[in-house]
Amino acid sequence: MKTAVVLLPGLNRDRDMIAALTKISGKAPVTVWQTDTEIPDVDLIAIPGGFSFGDYLRCGAIAARSPVMRAVAEKAAKGVQVIGVCNGFQILVEAGLLPGALMRNSSLKFVCREVKLQVANANTAFTRNYAPGQIIRAPIAHHDGNYFADDETLKRIEGGGQVVFRYAEGTNPNGSINDIAGIINTNGNVLGLMPHPENLIEAAHGGTDGRGLFESALGIPSRQAA
Amino acid sequence: MIKARVTVTLKNGVLDPQGKAIEHALSGLGFGGVGSVRQGKVFDLELQETDKAKAEAELKAMCDKLLANTVIENYNVSLT
Repeated sequence: MKTAVVLLPGLNRDRDMIAALTKISGKAPVTVWQTDTEIPDVDLIAIPGGFSFGDYLRCGAIAARSPVMRAVAEKAAKGVQVIGVCNGFQILVEAGLLPGALMRNSSLKFVCREVKLQVANANTAFTRNYAPGQIIRAPIAHHDGNYFADDETLKRIEGGGQVVFRYAEGTNPNGSINDIAGIINTNGNVLGLMPHPENLIEAAHGGTDGRGLFESALGIPSRQAA
Repeated sequence: MIKARVTVTLKNGVLDPQGKAIEHALSGLGFGGVGSVRQGKVFDLELQETDKAKAEAELKAMCDKLLANTVIENYNVSLT
């Protein structure tokens, strides 16, 4: 399986994403730079976390308008799988590839710790290796993860199974509406989430709960599959 | 040349934790009676365009495409 990682100035989780994809797919991902207008044929494009363009204007706003994101949008329209983690999620909503917006954490604090996530929809290309409702561990590290959508949008994404991950009951770290931690587009090929599954994929990380997401996307059976 | 000011504010109903924090800080400084604070952004632009109507249309397009996130924000354009 071929993968690509989008590189933008100010990202800082790109090496983690490259390491995770290399270990899980068995092949190093190709990297594409912000000014690239074409992305090679791959099965999965990942947008890592960090602070692209210094979070100027709004988190992900400048990155979402960079040339490489037009190429990502074209690939997404053709059905290529796209995953955005943390800043990558913020970029996807700013680019209009996912609905809603990510705002400053309600606590106004940067939150860096581990949370419990509930797999709210295990019937997606990114979560099929998890059991419905499964609780998994996931690290988070963000200042702007407070998901917001207007009532109409919220109704639509809740009704359409587009909420893929929720913070487990009582653990919402950022004030996200309906405890939303990750959502998918209506076509089911673009996923964004605030937590960092790429940081929990091998024993040395202290757990492997994040593997299932990449293995699902890449069509690799997971040992932890229920 | 046309000078313009764009203000971007949060829509009604969108929580503004930063505005809330400012509100608390103001009351801590002894400014009583502040009902609410909403934080926004101001952009001052200088345009080559000399036609006011064209400039205004251009500024609105800039707001829709970049300066504001219309999911959560409203904008207002004024030529100075």
